[in-house]
This record gives sequence, C-alpha cells and structure tokens, in this order.
Amino acid sequence: MEYMDIIIAAVIVIGFILGIRLMQMPQTALWGNRLGALCMLLAILYTLSRVDLLASYSIWILLVGGGILGVCLGYQVKMIQMPQMVALFNGLGGGASAAISGWALAVNGADANFVFWLTGLLALSLGTVTFIGSLVAALKLQGFLSQKPVILAGHKYYLAVLLVGGIILIVSGMLISDAFLYYLMPLMIIVFLLYGILMALRVGGADMPIIIAFFNSLSGIATAICGLSVENLFLVGVGSLVGVAGLILTQLMCKAMNRSLPAVLQGFKSEPVSAGYEEAGDKPESREDEKKEGEQEISGEPQHPEERIKMLADKAQKIIVVPGYGMAVAQAQQQVYELIKNMESRGKEVKIAIHPVAGRMPGHMNVLLAEAGVPYEKLFEPDTINPEFSEADLVVIVGACDVVNSAANTAEGTPIYGMPILNAHLAPNIIICNYDDQPGYSGVDNPLYKEEKVITMWGDAGGTIPAVNEIFKDASPE
Amino acid sequence: MLPILLIFLVIASVVGYKVISAVPPLLHTPLMSGMNAFSGIIVLGAISAFAYSPEEIKFWAGAALVMAMLNVVGGFLVTERMLKMFRKKVDSGEDELT
Repeated sequence: MEYMDIIIAAVIVIGFILGIRLMQMPQTALWGNRLGALCMLLAILYTLSRVDLLASYSIWILLVGGGILGVCLGYQVKMIQMPQMVALFNGLGGGASAAISGWALAVNGADANFVFWLTGLLALSLGTVTFIGSLVAALKLQGFLSQKPVILAGHKYYLAVLLVGGIILIVSGMLISDAFLYYLMPLMIIVFLLYGILMALRVGGADMPIIIAFFNSLSGIATAICGLSVENLFLVGVGSLVGVAGLILTQLMCKAMNRSLPAVLQGFKSEPVSAGYEEAGDKPESREDEKKEGEQEISGEPQHPEERIKMLADKAQKIIVVPGYGMAVAQAQQQVYELIKNMESRGKEVKIAIHPVAGRMPGHMNVLLAEAGVPYEKLFEPDTINPEFSEADLVVIVGACDVVNSAANTAEGTPIYGMPILNAHLAPNIIICNYDDQPGYSGVDNPLYKEEKVITMWGDAGGTIPAVNEIFKDASPE
Repeated sequence: MLPILLIFLVIASVVGYKVISAVPPLLHTPLMSGMNAFSGIIVLGAISAFAYSPEEIKFWAGAALVMAMLNVVGGFLVTERMLKMFRKKVDSGEDELT
C-alpha cells in the first residue's frame, strides 16, 4: 500500500460523501446520485488497473452481466415495490460481502493473524445473516411469504441457541484457524443462515420499515468489516457510510413507532387491546355492534354523510390530507391527487401530512405521491404539520389508522402508547376514507372512528375518494 | 495498515453521520436505494479476489462480482428514477381547472 493509494481512496470516499451531501435537498439530489455513480465507476476502473485486469474479457463479462441484471430489475420495479427491491439489494450486498470474506479466509487464512480471522469471520456471519434475512423480508413484502409475523413454538430459544452456537464457532475459528476452514466453516454458514431466516420470519407488517433499514445498515457494516479483513480502504470507508445511514434510519423508524429494535426483532405483537375504550367507559363489544352504533350516531345527525361533506366542501378553507399505506394498497394516489387539485382549484389551501411510517419503508409515501405527480412542497412532516391540525377546517384521512390513532396519547398499556402520531383528531371536521373499521396493524381500536365530527366512508379508496371528489365538484363554487 | 483502515472507518462514520442525518425524510427512500448502490462497493473486493483467486474457489469471487454489480447498477438506476419524480411545482398546463 503506497501513499498514492491512500490518497486516491480518500478522495473517492470524500466524493461519495459529497454525493450524500447533495442528497440533502431535492433540487440537487439527482446530481448527488450521479456523483456517487461517477465515484463508483472511478473506483472500479482504478481497482481493475491495479490488478491488471482492465483488458481481461472474463471480468468484464461478469461486470457487465451483473450490470445488465441490475438494469432489468431497476427499470421494471414499480414504486410500490420499492421496499422489496431495497430488501433484495440489501441481501445481495450482504451476500457479496459474505462470499468475499469466505473467499479471503480460504485463500489467506493459513498464515494470517488474529485480526484477519476475527474480521473475516464477523463479516462472513453478518453478510450471511443479511443475505438470507433480506431475502426472506423481500419475499414477505412481495407476498410470497406471509406478511404477518411467523412465530414458531420456541422461536426465541432457537434464535438464542443459534446465536450462541454461532459465536462459539467464530471464537473457535479464531483459535484453530486452519482446520476450521474444512470442518467448521460450512457449519457456521448453516448456523447463520438459519439464524437469518428465523430472525426475519417473525417480523411482519408495519414493522417492515425497521427491519429493512436494519438490514440496510448490516449490509454496510458487513462490507466495512470485510474491508478491514482484506485491507481495502474503499470498502471500509464506503461500507461505514452505508452502515451509518442504515443505523440512522433504523433509529428514526423505531422512534416513529415508539418501538425498540430488540422488540421488533422478537416479533413482539400484543393482543388487540381496547384499553382506550375501557377508560372512556365504553364496553369493547363485538364489531358489528360497534358499527351499528357508529351508524346510529351518524344517522342521528341531521344530515347524510354526503350532505355533511357537501357542507364542508363549501365552507372549509384549510384542508389537510393524511395518506396511509391503505391508500397505496388501493393504488389511489392518483385519485387523491385529483381530489387535492380539485380542492385547490376552488381556492382552498391543501397540505399533505406524512407520517414517517406511512409506507412500508422510510420515505416510501413521499415517493408514491411524487410518482402520482404531487409536488413535494405540499408534503409535510409531523413536526411541521401537527400544530396546524387544530387550525384546519377539514382533515381527510385516506387509508391511515395507526398513525392518526389518538389512543397513542391516552391508552396506556396498548402497543402504540407513546407513539408519535399526526394530530388529526384535533381538527373540527374529519373525513375518513378507510377500507373498513378494523384497527390497524397495532390492533388498537381507533377512537376517531366513533367521534361525531368524523364522517366515515368505508370501502376501497379507489372508489370512495372519487365519490368525495364528485361532492366537492358539485358543492363549492369555483 | 490496520491503523489507517481504522482511521478511515472512524472518519467516514463520524462525517457520514453528520451528513446523512441532514437528509430530510422526504428523500429517505432514495437515500436507502442509493446506499444499496454504495454497498456495491464490495465489487472492488470481488475484483481483487477474482484477480488472485485459485481456480477452485474462483466461483465465489465471480458470484460476488455479479451480485455487487447488480447492486451498483440497479441501486443507482432506481435512485435516479425516483429522484426524477420529485418536482417542486406542477408543470403548467397540467392543472385541470374544470
């Protein structure tokens, strides 16, 4: 390793960091991505020249072959599928790290030192877990495996045994080094494959953003540690960046759901609780009763839901729209944007409130709305928009439940207690266009559904939103 | 060599933490797919491994090469696609004022 190599590596890693720096603003983000791609190209060409393979056919065939596969996947993936795409990429990154660490152990392990074995084995195990865990997560998101947490009998004991066994194998690998390769390394890989599968299986549904961010981080950490073992500065520098980014997002997602990472990884899921109602003096009756009750409340009002919406359409000036994952499932982004445009053309001020976990991965909802053509200036984070709910005349909730569930503030002991929510319940008038009145992923009933100021439109958002839109078209003057 | 590697690790982590923390939630999905592409940096390790590999285990270096390149190209491509969709204002003429 010469000074020149270190300087070149430093410059290129700084280039990657500047790329991320440009991604701090939507106006410059595209160039940040391109700068990253340029740095990657330079790093690849530089490495090829260092190992004298610039003119080797076989390596170019593999490089271009992988690239073509990437182009195929990258062009075909739909925005709603982005979580499974990212999960798959996490897995491939982890798999590549595992393959290279295993390769390095096999080739250079014989006369290597303690640090080499420690880092090599760590990268191999982390890479293996990331690889298989991410694949399971991707299959779950794609719907090939159950979206719900799958928990086997004795799940946590299996995991504990596998983890302890894996650690013992790592330690024994460092001690006996050479003999390890032939007998114990395959066993270690199997142990961590099983560990990754079991770990990912029991995470489900709305916890997916956390596990994806976590594996994103692990793929980077595995790369960085692999870089330590094969003594590659690029791998260490850029791998650290990926690891840190994933950790930041994991932390943000955990905070947004008021969950701890260990709880998510354990597939912790409480029974549906209606503590909120018990406190309020309501009996948790069967669903049908509740629904009837709700209908009565509405019919007890002087007007029909349609007429109430019509009235609101006339007088509401300040409107906030709260989209949730249900909207994405119903593929109703376009209709929601039509509604927003219609409202705006009638001189109303419309803002869109986005909860960090509204989608299936961090920032997913923003991408889905951007795809529908919604300008990002209309999208607001909870901290910014929450003070405005009480001043708004109307809130329209589309396919969102847990993120607007005020039980998070009041119902102690429920899974979502303490979770930061969008304060939609503070608005004087609310229209809810959800699929049904069932609770969200948390299993906690949403007290909003029963409030008098709320107009509910149950059904597919692809149908209910245009219906609301029609009412707005009829009602308010241009 | 190890001290230099560790210096890289620490500096990249600390500077990375500062820079990445300032990326707004609006762009978190493109950030993640961008990080997918970045994690394809392992392709450099794969290239070196491929160059010096004994024939019996060259397969693993090749497999890592393909996986890493898939990440690099796929990651940058989807990030590009997503970021192109983020627009500040509605294009004129697209507004339906019916």
